Amino acid sequence: MIFVKNISKSFAERVVLDNISTSFEKGKTNLIIGQSGSGKTVLMKCCIGLLDPDGGEILYDNRPFSGISEKRKQDIRKEMGVLFQGGALFDSFTVEQNVMFPLNMFTDLSNEEKLERVNFCLKRVNLVNVNNLYPSEISGGMMKRVAIARAISNSPSYLFCDEPNSGLDPKTAEVIDELISEITQEYNITTVINTHDMNSVLQIGQRITFLYNGRLWWEGDKNTILDTDNPELRDFVFSTELTRRIIK
Amino acid sequence: MMFAEQVFKKLGFSEVWYFIMNYLSGVFKGYHMVMIRMLGEYLLLMFTTFKRPDKGPVFRRQLMTEFIGLGVDSFGIVAIISVFTGAIVAIQTAYNIDSPLIPLSMVGFTTRQMVILEFSPTIISLILAGKVGSRIASEIGTMRVTEQIDALRVMGVNPANYLILPKITAAMLFNPVLITFSIVLGIFGGWGACVVTDLVTSTDFIQGLRGWFEPFTVTYAMIKTLVFAFIISSVSGFLGYNVQGGSIEVGRASTKAVVYSSILIIFFDLILTQLLLI
Repeated sequence: MIFVKNISKSFAERVVLDNISTSFEKGKTNLIIGQSGSGKTVLMKCCIGLLDPDGGEILYDNRPFSGISEKRKQDIRKEMGVLFQGGALFDSFTVEQNVMFPLNMFTDLSNEEKLERVNFCLKRVNLVNVNNLYPSEISGGMMKRVAIARAISNSPSYLFCDEPNSGLDPKTAEVIDELISEITQEYNITTVINTHDMNSVLQIGQRITFLYNGRLWWEGDKNTILDTDNPELRDFVFSTELTRRIIK
Repeated sequence: MMFAEQVFKKLGFSEVWYFIMNYLSGVFKGYHMVMIRMLGEYLLLMFTTFKRPDKGPVFRRQLMTEFIGLGVDSFGIVAIISVFTGAIVAIQTAYNIDSPLIPLSMVGFTTRQMVILEFSPTIISLILAGKVGSRIASEIGTMRVTEQIDALRVMGVNPANYLILPKITAAMLFNPVLITFSIVLGIFGGWGACVVTDLVTSTDFIQGLRGWFEPFTVTYAMIKTLVFAFIISSVSGFLGYNVQGGSIEVGRASTKAVVYSSILIIFFDLILTQLLLI
């Protein structure tokens, strides 16, 4: 479980996060949604330690993550898996080397054991016979799946996904969403997903945090989001022609 | 001003040096804060870089890759430039010896001294600043803009240590090999040019080559090589690591890496020559 308490962040005079408090539950897919510029990426970057918040604190299973030394942050980060928007695969490594990387860095497994784990993770994300391909040789959807395989290879307790569906067709996006949801429940991990894709919200949003202009505006789940009377949230949810037609 | 002049004199630097430094500080007036901030960031990055690697076997694998990328792949260009530089030095020296009182063996002696003292360590390092420096800056810079460095960081890896330390280590271990290779080829190039053009006989050239040899000149060349290797790899790594933006910024960082490394190489060449030879 991750607790975010009174987090604030500004860049120069611009307030990007304004006193945000929320929690991300274990074994659930926790979605952070909001328009572009609402602060969801900054919130996620604060959570994983790529940005330091100006105030407030973040607790990972009651362990403080903000205001601690880089060494202690590194120890907590070893329990995290992060799926970046572009995949962030190491382009000089093959798919197999990418997935094996966290195992090489943080375990003392033998080569056979590492290979077995890599093949298991790749199979889990429905990828076979791609071990020796380079990231430049695979499609966008495959890249995301390799990135998920890399993120789960070290059995993380926390999984962060920054816009996992961006740049993917609706069908592939659905497959990725399903995969993340299955992995979350299968391994009982705390998953935080940053998205503005309403399909994802309605498909896997077990817990939803809506940010508006850097403030926490609404919290709920996929069952309650369509019935909301919050005008800003309604404006966001029904901003596409597709959702408007469905409601009609 | 007077105090600074006294300090310079106490350190053994001449008044000319003081005036050069004073002039340069005038040229860079207004950029002081930028330069101090950059120096601070560079030192902080080096502090983060020089930590014990997380995994020895991973570091050794990275080091081997860098040996090939930064060292072995540079043999070709080093060989070509060294042979031609040695040949040019020998021909120009022979051309400038007019007096019959100066023996032709001086061509061999001068070629050896020039190649060991200056051409191999400095010119080859400048060439490597272009080849290796731009490679390091663009490689690390691209990793920065494609979030690969962020990915390393959130995995709990120290990215500076993982990416920059093997490059600095490889450059500092392999550049002396390259420079030694360059010295040998430079002298060979000088001998070859003299023999082919018939300006100096092989016997005269070799006689000069073997005469008045001071072993410290090789030590001096190796000290310079190590300092230059550190400058090239660390400055390029620093500029690549701090890229912000996209492909244009990566290109800029790559250009800056070559320019800054070259300027620092020339500057430290002057300092080291003053400190070690005079």
